[in-house]
Amino acid sequence: MNELSSTAFLVAAAAKVLAVFTALMLAIMYATWAERRVSAFIQDRLGPNRVGPFGLLQPIADGIKNIIKEETNPATASRFFFVLGPMLSITPALVTFAVIPFAAPLPTPWGTVDMVVADLPIGVLYILAIGSLGVYGIFLGGWSSNNKYALLGGLRASAQMVSYEVGLGLSLIPVLMLAGNVTLTRIVAEQQQLGLWYALPLSLAFLLFLISAFAETNRLPFDMPEAESELVTGYHTEYSSMKFSMFFIAEYAHVITASALMATLFLGGWDIPFWKGDNFFLHQGELVSGLTAAGESIPARLSVWTTLLTLGAFLVKTTFFVILYIWVRWTLPRFRYDQVMHLGWKVMLPSALAYVMLVAGSILVLEELGVAGGLRLGLALTAVSMVATAMFAFYLDRGRIITGAAPSGRAAGARAANP
Amino acid sequence: MAITVKVIRRPEAARSSYLRAALKGMSLTFRHMVNPHKVTRSYPEEPTELHPRWRGTHRMEVHADGRPKCVACGLCPTVCPANCIRLVGGEDDQGNRYPIVYEIDEFRCIFCGMCQEVCPVEAIHVGQHFENAEYTRERFVYDLDRLMEQEHPVTALWDPSDPASE
Repeated sequence: MNELSSTAFLVAAAAKVLAVFTALMLAIMYATWAERRVSAFIQDRLGPNRVGPFGLLQPIADGIKNIIKEETNPATASRFFFVLGPMLSITPALVTFAVIPFAAPLPTPWGTVDMVVADLPIGVLYILAIGSLGVYGIFLGGWSSNNKYALLGGLRASAQMVSYEVGLGLSLIPVLMLAGNVTLTRIVAEQQQLGLWYALPLSLAFLLFLISAFAETNRLPFDMPEAESELVTGYHTEYSSMKFSMFFIAEYAHVITASALMATLFLGGWDIPFWKGDNFFLHQGELVSGLTAAGESIPARLSVWTTLLTLGAFLVKTTFFVILYIWVRWTLPRFRYDQVMHLGWKVMLPSALAYVMLVAGSILVLEELGVAGGLRLGLALTAVSMVATAMFAFYLDRGRIITGAAPSGRAAGARAANP
Repeated sequence: MAITVKVIRRPEAARSSYLRAALKGMSLTFRHMVNPHKVTRSYPEEPTELHPRWRGTHRMEVHADGRPKCVACGLCPTVCPANCIRLVGGEDDQGNRYPIVYEIDEFRCIFCGMCQEVCPVEAIHVGQHFENAEYTRERFVYDLDRLMEQEHPVTALWDPSDPASE
């Protein structure tokens, strides 16, 4: 691996920022399109299919519409914060993506370019820090509108996001323990070395993270801040045209970033399953594809094709989660506010804490038994996590996994006999 | 006044499973997502099929030589409940009556079809046609030439021997 010169580094960084920002905005546009199309299919409708083939140009039409629409500023709104709200909402949503590695390193004549905008050594902490900033935009927007529904939406958003931040952070601890690192590129490499994606050995952490991520992005079944049947549309009730659009973009940016994050942390990032050709890791400053028995490093064989293939794998995994977001949104009804808080504090938090202890204990015991790493550790943890996940599901369901939603025949008969 | 809370006991909810219900719903929506029931008609591309007795835009039948079949008897403006037909009759040298002015205001018309039923010479008809949008109100008053130009199929009259049109 040859290092980039500082000029080449700057050029590469600028190019990556531009490419990632453009790709992210495009992805947001098409996430809105996918949301409308998928929701339409779920409800046996067609969805937007008029603008361009399959309605693919619909997001552009929406954008033009939002830009040329009249912008209303409520007379009683606090003008400065009213304008600041959407900005504060959209910025953290977009900058979070910077630390997510989206492909294998790309070899260029000037050196190897990491396919991540900023390979921060504190990647996960950065995501947690920036991700929780998003609540400021929503809360400011809700408060400065001087509208009771907007204020309620903003309050709910802050309460919910603060609550689920805890579950989100704690469900990340097992990942960090198993990877031994907080750099996202290292977490991807560790998953490749383990031979298992963390969704398997840390299945409960995956589940908890998934639930928390849904709550953090304010998507159904946790869309308390919007809750259009209760709060008009919550925090962005008073917003119109492009300022509303910025909240909208922020929501989808959060969805895409959360999807990419879940793909990176739990589905191996850009790793292609069952293929060793894309397994690289940093060993003493060198990018290697493995070590020989004598401890000699085998230099990594990078190629443009590997980069493109891994980029494809990353996109597939991220798209899977985006589709999952949409699918869940159009299936599950909204939680009641107290149920959201109950789930956050009384279920997610203790479960995540207990799971941290369980994983820590398991790793310790396994290391004592001489299973230091590799597939055997992964499989053992998978078994432990399966049991934990089953117990969690059983507890979450109040021990009624087997019973269906419809009242049983005996109970219905008893009710009929006892009016 | 104190706020009171009424607790509603729901034994069914306590007896049922969240996860099973949620997964059941997810599988249902997934089946619709990959295989949506095709119920929407893409209207302009797929024209609607109108019933044979569907009553829409009027049409005046013409003779082979291009004259309107109307004999200006005045029955249709008389029977019209919406009073939307304006007829001024005339008579030629052979004593044949013909309409000098025949106008139907499609905005006032309620498409009851009585004009077609009452017409003794089967001249005026309501038709199986409804796409008659215009940019001005005036364009909705159809004069005789315009009524004669219409080419859509005419509405079938109710047949007492086949009351359900089968």
